[in-house]
Amino acid sequence: MLRYFLGRLLTFVPTFLGVTLISFAFIRVLPGDPIIVMAGERGLTEERYQELSRQFGFDQPLLVQFWDYFTGVLQGDLGQSYVTKKPVFDEFFTLFPATLELSLCAIVLAMLLGLPAGVVAAVYRGKFFDRALMSTALVGYSMPIFWWALLLIIVFSGNLGWTPVSGRIDLLYYFDDVTGFMLIDSLLSGQSGAFLSAVRHLILPTIVLATIPLAVIARQTRSAMLEVLSEDYIRTARAKGLSPSRINGLHALRNAMIPVITVIGLSVGTLLAGAILTETIFSWPGIGKWMVDSIFRRDYPVVQGGLLMIALMVMIVNLTVDLLYSLINPKIRHR
Amino acid sequence: MPDSTPLLRIRNLSVDFTTSSGLFRAVDGIDLDVAPGELLAIVGESGSGKSVSMLAVMGLLPWTAKITADEITFDGTDLRRLGGPARRRLIGRDMSMIFQEPMSSLNPCFTIGFQLKEALRQHLGLNARDRHTRAIELLEMVGMPDPERRLKAFPFQLSGGMNQRVMIAMAIACRPRLLIADEPTTALDVTIQAQILDLLTGLQNDTGMTLILITHDMGVVAETAERVCVQYAGQKVEDQPVMDLFDHPYHPYTAALLAALPERATERRLPTIPGTVPGAFDRPTGCLFSPRCRFADDTCRGISPPVQPPALGRARCHYPIGATTPQKVTQ
Repeated sequence: MLRYFLGRLLTFVPTFLGVTLISFAFIRVLPGDPIIVMAGERGLTEERYQELSRQFGFDQPLLVQFWDYFTGVLQGDLGQSYVTKKPVFDEFFTLFPATLELSLCAIVLAMLLGLPAGVVAAVYRGKFFDRALMSTALVGYSMPIFWWALLLIIVFSGNLGWTPVSGRIDLLYYFDDVTGFMLIDSLLSGQSGAFLSAVRHLILPTIVLATIPLAVIARQTRSAMLEVLSEDYIRTARAKGLSPSRINGLHALRNAMIPVITVIGLSVGTLLAGAILTETIFSWPGIGKWMVDSIFRRDYPVVQGGLLMIALMVMIVNLTVDLLYSLINPKIRHR
Repeated sequence: MPDSTPLLRIRNLSVDFTTSSGLFRAVDGIDLDVAPGELLAIVGESGSGKSVSMLAVMGLLPWTAKITADEITFDGTDLRRLGGPARRRLIGRDMSMIFQEPMSSLNPCFTIGFQLKEALRQHLGLNARDRHTRAIELLEMVGMPDPERRLKAFPFQLSGGMNQRVMIAMAIACRPRLLIADEPTTALDVTIQAQILDLLTGLQNDTGMTLILITHDMGVVAETAERVCVQYAGQKVEDQPVMDLFDHPYHPYTAALLAALPERATERRLPTIPGTVPGAFDRPTGCLFSPRCRFADDTCRGISPPVQPPALGRARCHYPIGATTPQKVTQ
């Protein structure tokens, strides 16, 4: 088990190197010059341009720039934003909890609905319930997210007035960040109504963000379950006189979980990378919006550092998925 | 003999499978009586419906199967009318079944102990300590070395033979009155086969349970069974005590099967039965065996044969071998 874990951990090294290089190169391939962008419409003199170039190190060859960046990364220094002058690391960890909170809520919702839906659809395959569920899943999967979000806002925020339109909490409430998770911090603040407000702000973005993973999980669960349900050991379980709920929910689902966990892991990965559309529509102060803004500003340190951090998070998710595999399937654990 | 109050009584059991190209009849009007404590072998080629008929009795067929029968009773309980919960109280406790592929018949995600104790909790409601004691006792009964440690093992850590022992332990966990063994040795090495058969017959002797052994191996039948049913293309074609059947088969199919046994061969070239078992779309009219039968005439090809009386091995044949005169008994 430990060997398995360490083996997985070892794969971090080449991935990390690769991501460092790619994120560094990626932003520099884009046309546009950060200094020109910063100067804006007023423009700037040639002298000032050279001076800023030297200051940011753009006068050095690319390889030297990369080496400086890379050695910085190894020491835990991702550099400073050109725009805010704050360390990229700090900015990331100020914004990341918002993205993480939303992503976790979304994936939990997607699993809570998607897994049972897939199981039920598989058990009642070909019946009305199966068809209805799978058609709904297909609609959900094909839904343009921005349109779906706007639709929900119009109905639930506009017409019904049940949920707020944007942000993470009502302006009435103010408290310090402890964990960065609004749900936890609002409870810790002890202010009455703060938690409820945070929940109400989460509802719509969570639904929007959960839609595609939910559809994917439901369909994947269904197909994995269908495969498992025809296995010999399911017949054995039935021959023991076990109840259908135990057979489907324990004997079959546990075996069907391997491919399902894979898609859940992939979904979490994409969610963490910033649900750019969702965060933009709901003015959610997460890393998706932060990354997009930085790309437009050609804020090199933020883009390359942010990409690196996101990649790191995705790698951690993948590692977790690998560990979950071995928990679910003893065959991997005992290899 | 089957005429005492049978433990299992089947009348006119048929099973049809819905396939994309129509209905396929896998079991065709089987009658069967199994007495308490009996060791019955059901023999037939692949596709003769021997597994399907027993799976139908257990209620383990997939949803594509359509079961019809005039009667299926187990110890007086009508299995046809049994609802899900009532059936689940019966199977796994009073009647249980083991299967052909021990490696894939155990759930790879759970330990042997978990799967063994599950049945004990389901039917007997034993507490954790009693379950543990009984599980070890069961593994000892099936000849598993080091049972305490084996309880923590996963199926993929054991050999096929060991897994089949676990399956048997699981099947006898609640002291069933009927155990159906569906080709329990087919997937195993020859040396292991004998061990498993010895184990099954030994357990049957000790517990007095009824054992139905499904097999395609006449050698296995000769060594273990008391009575034999021969099935062909979903029909029962002969039903005799084992010695009588080997001495005097009445159905030409049984005779041909026996003639194909290497130990009975009299010529250098082993006799075979020409042709194959009819499939869904080439079922002959009349006797289903007629296209492959040496003795078939126009009657055989045109009219479904009757079932002969017990004295003629209940052979489903117009002209049972050795019958003094070709007799057409109508029942």
